[in-house]
Amino acid sequence: MSAAFKNFMDWIDARLPVTETFEKHMSKYYAPKNFNFWYFFGVLATVVLVSQLFTGIWLTMSYVPTAEGAFASVEYIMRDVDYGWMLRYMHSTGASAFFFVVYLHMFRGMAYGSYQKPRELIWLLGMLLFVALMAEGFFGYLLPWGNLAYWAGQVIVSLAGAIPFVGEDLAVWVRGDFNISGITLNRFFALHVVLLPLVLIVLVFLHILALHEVGSNNPDGVDIKKHLDEDGTPLDGIPFHPYYTIGHDLPAIVAFLFFFCIVMFFYPEGGGYLIERPNYEPANPLKTPELIVPVWYYTPFYSMLRAVTFPLFGVDAKFWGLVVMAGAIVIPAVLPWLDRSPVKSIRYKGLGSKIFLAVFIVAFFILGYLGTKHPTAERTLIAQICTAIYFGYFLLMPWYTQVEKTKPVPERVPS
Amino acid sequence: MRERSANTRRRNFLIGATSVVGAAGVVGAAVPFVGSWNPSARALAAGAPIKLDISKLAPGEILGPLRAWRDRPIFVVKRSEEMLMKLNSRNDRLADPDSSRPQQPEYAKNETRSIRPDILVLEGLCTHLGCSPQFKPVVKPEQFDTEWLGGFFCACHGSKFDLAGRVYSGVPAPSNLKVPPHYYESDAVIVIGKEEGVV
Ligand code: HEM
Repeated sequence: MSAAFKNFMDWIDARLPVTETFEKHMSKYYAPKNFNFWYFFGVLATVVLVSQLFTGIWLTMSYVPTAEGAFASVEYIMRDVDYGWMLRYMHSTGASAFFFVVYLHMFRGMAYGSYQKPRELIWLLGMLLFVALMAEGFFGYLLPWGNLAYWAGQVIVSLAGAIPFVGEDLAVWVRGDFNISGITLNRFFALHVVLLPLVLIVLVFLHILALHEVGSNNPDGVDIKKHLDEDGTPLDGIPFHPYYTIGHDLPAIVAFLFFFCIVMFFYPEGGGYLIERPNYEPANPLKTPELIVPVWYYTPFYSMLRAVTFPLFGVDAKFWGLVVMAGAIVIPAVLPWLDRSPVKSIRYKGLGSKIFLAVFIVAFFILGYLGTKHPTAERTLIAQICTAIYFGYFLLMPWYTQVEKTKPVPERVPS
Repeated sequence: MRERSANTRRRNFLIGATSVVGAAGVVGAAVPFVGSWNPSARALAAGAPIKLDISKLAPGEILGPLRAWRDRPIFVVKRSEEMLMKLNSRNDRLADPDSSRPQQPEYAKNETRSIRPDILVLEGLCTHLGCSPQFKPVVKPEQFDTEWLGGFFCACHGSKFDLAGRVYSGVPAPSNLKVPPHYYESDAVIVIGKEEGVV
């Protein structure tokens, strides 16, 4: 380091703790040495977030948030704005990529018990991120004012109408109109480009701050802070920078972006799953498309909504569908208190946990698939069974994590 | 020496008083944020009542869906003699054949759910999740119902309604299609969105 640079940094550090922060969070932040593939996705989610922020801001420069102008402005971006198509595809592919990495990130947390003490707050902040992300995706989806998006928005806002007594008025209040209209579009735009991005940024900041307070978990669920060397650094930890930044995350980011580019350049519509055909038709409040399905990342929850077909306690099925769907989204938040296992990682949990997790994942995939299809009697039955499995995984957890026989967790990270 | 310990009673009083005033301030400040989401004057004006000429509507036909009242699709159907005769023949298949749920104004709470027996006025939004049902007036076996008697079918989630907008039982939609407030200004002109005599 040259003397001039050192002087410069000293000057800065006396006024802003740059070096201190860098050391605390990067070069002297010790992470377990046994991270694997599943530890890529937090960083990748951050990368996608930044990409979405920039492509989104650039899209607003040409997008018009009115019922009259929205659809045409998206066509304009696609055809007349230089590189407009690329910004749009980066953003639309990015939305799917965001959910893709976040789902894998959540699965990692579930498999390795990362939500357990002392990481409950990391998990809860993660759940808030998940809900904010779903809202962000929902509001953004309406903006191109395509016909499927219009009616999907109609269906979701109508859900509010299922709440007894206040529902109808609530739906009018959310729309700002008696039906989805330009007024609704305008407020969704404000939420999508200003409010929720701010919320997401703040939450990610807190999420990582909480993580760095307690340190990362790892695939073996071993507590690396139990064995320290004489300087007080964990024996099984390595400095995050440069070992994980350059040796682990950077290659992962490059590989991910490579994969991302393949989708974006060659399959931007993802066979109709990333951008659906009826969205190439402008919103028409008089004509509902034949099949209303949400984008793939909402389909498991949409399936559960549709799976409730019977009224209960004199209240319409529609209301219970809403309750089940909302419950399915938020129930992972209580995982830290449902898991009674003495061990964290699935590697040392008993057979019960392994079977439940595997069946849960299969059920989640089936629900996701069913959500893209017309409901028939058989499909509805399958969706009902899978919904029961979904909730069973969580609600039975206090029982099966307690009765099963766990394997002993090693004292140190196995090499 | 002066006494340095704080006067805790006075401090607690200040904290209490400022908290109460502060809370009131937060509630007050929330009002414009919540209120601005109500339908604006322009949205309300756009949702004003409308007039329709139904003189050219032939029996068995539908006028609409019209983007009419409150931006919602409006169906105006003129039912033929034959349709009206069959209308109450299979009430056992309906969830609410007597229209006991408040989905219509008082004057449309009758066998045909209408003021004039032949003319049916509906809001064309499914009571399930708000898709717009299709008009399928012909009596014939359909994919979704082998004993179809004519009515409305919602392709989104498979809800079925008869030619009075009454919902079938065993479908996702919980209640009958809504009949909006309406009245006849003359034989040919129908006003939708307003009751007679109400200004
Ligand atoms: C915008 C979305 C998100 C971003 C940017 C993000 C970012 C990160 C980052 C950078 C890490 C550290 C690296 C890693 O362990 O992969 C992390 C860890 C973690 N995240 Fe997230 N996250 C997001 C969403 C979520 C969600 C939805 C959950 C779960 C509900 C969650 C739960 C966790 C947990 C439990 C850890 C600690 C894992 C461990 O130490 O084993 N995160 N997150």
